[in-house]
Amino acid sequence: MRDFKINQNLSALKPSGIRKFFDIANEMKDVISLSIGEPDFQTPWHIRQAAIDATEQGKTWYSPSTGFLALREEISSYLNRRFQLTYDPNDEILVTVGASEALDAAFRCFVDEGDEVLIIQPSFVCYDPLVRMSGGIPVILQTKAENKFKLTADELRANITPKTKILLISFPTNPTGAIMEREELEALAEVLRDTNILVFSDEIYCELNYTDTSHVSIASLDGMRERTLVINGFSKSYAMTGWRIGYAAGPRELIEPLVKLHQYMVMCAPTLSQFAAIEAMRNGDEDVQMMRNEYNMRRRYLVDRLNAMGLSCFEPEGAFYAFPCIRSTGLTSEEFCEKLIYANQVAVVPGSAFGDSGEGFIRISYSYSLKHITEALNRIEAFLEEIKQ
Amino acid sequence: MDNLLGLLKQNARYSVKELAVILNQSEEVVAKALEAYEKQGVIKGYQAILNYEKLDQAPVFALIELKVTPKKELGFQEIADRVMEMEEVESVYLMAGDYDLAVFVKGKTMQDVAMFVAKRLSTLDSVLSTSTHFVLSRYKQDGVILKDEEKSDLRGQMVV
Repeated sequence: MRDFKINQNLSALKPSGIRKFFDIANEMKDVISLSIGEPDFQTPWHIRQAAIDATEQGKTWYSPSTGFLALREEISSYLNRRFQLTYDPNDEILVTVGASEALDAAFRCFVDEGDEVLIIQPSFVCYDPLVRMSGGIPVILQTKAENKFKLTADELRANITPKTKILLISFPTNPTGAIMEREELEALAEVLRDTNILVFSDEIYCELNYTDTSHVSIASLDGMRERTLVINGFSKSYAMTGWRIGYAAGPRELIEPLVKLHQYMVMCAPTLSQFAAIEAMRNGDEDVQMMRNEYNMRRRYLVDRLNAMGLSCFEPEGAFYAFPCIRSTGLTSEEFCEKLIYANQVAVVPGSAFGDSGEGFIRISYSYSLKHITEALNRIEAFLEEIKQ
Repeated sequence: MDNLLGLLKQNARYSVKELAVILNQSEEVVAKALEAYEKQGVIKGYQAILNYEKLDQAPVFALIELKVTPKKELGFQEIADRVMEMEEVESVYLMAGDYDLAVFVKGKTMQDVAMFVAKRLSTLDSVLSTSTHFVLSRYKQDGVILKDEEKSDLRGQMVV
């Protein structure tokens, strides 16, 4: 057999720690999962209808490479009304194949071999591999439970070197549920202002913020717009994961290279999904509110019960995950999850899958009905009793 | 519908304590709200949702479409009052469309229901005609799917 060498950067990547638990869960019967990281809601019907209409009308060609202008205009007005951001729909917004494409393209556009990219962890499992594939060196900023998994200015400052090219932040955060408020982001901005560091702000969970004040984008702070790429999408806000539709917004100097790469990579984002996305932005506010309200009720119930059963859990204020500490059991994250699934058939994800600083924690998704969550929690409670003895 | 009513529609057995946690309210506030709903008649009761087909002796259900002559002054109220008092009758709705009252009737056997319609419903003064439809099977009731197997989770298990 010939030896077709796989790209070295790819060979060096470790397989995801989440996969393993899905594989175990799939082999077993009667497993209750709290592990899935996507909305349990179906895409609201009027949004699906928009895509059906477009299909019936045969609007199935490529769109302009940057996405339909109508969609870019909707995105522009949405970012403005929700987060006071101002982007020209003509050349400061790029519609992408999910936020994932925007992230990947952004790293590849701006990272040169050996550049350092600051990444918060615990975080979404794709950041580190994407940086490595672009030739960059991920530098991990370990956020801490005692800081509610927010990034502090000191932690940021301590990791900046002459090679630092990009800071990637993602608040609200998967898997911790952490958010950052305006003053906290302002402290980061203060560190960044006199540097040449770019900020990639993954705000995919922006609509799932359960505090009284809504999400703040770092790009809206003084001096940040010029250096920030806002990366966002429709998956979490509108329950549109499978549509693969997202976007990047930023000053034209940052969007232009992205457009260049995007054209060669994918031509354009899926056309039918773009029609659905236009409808989502025009008429989806109530759906977003309804889902946030549902998630919020589940969140309160989940966190209250976790704390009551002795898994101390800081209050997650965003996304749809709780990130309780399991150190009191004396088990590692992996051991805990493995024992839990074999003994009581509940699938959750070890915190260590999201970076070393996630060790000692587990991620519990509340993207499930209250009934489902209740049953799973009853099992976890029984499991904790059993391992105590 | 507010969150409290929505939660009780899903599960009437939530304790006040649980409701308080989920709604981020004190137990006292939740208890008062419940009391108020009961007093105003918004909440008329708390019932189990039964899958009758699983009972040893499953009852028979029928929908009876009633055409009636409304009474001067009283309209449909008088006939509705008389129908709803009958214990065989589970629900009565005034309808827009081809007929006037939709009457859901429960009986032990089809014969029972047929006799009830023939002897008691169709003989009522203002009833012009009846049309009886027997229920063959129930799939969903009060928002609850009655089939046993859990709906499987179709979500892809993405590494996210």
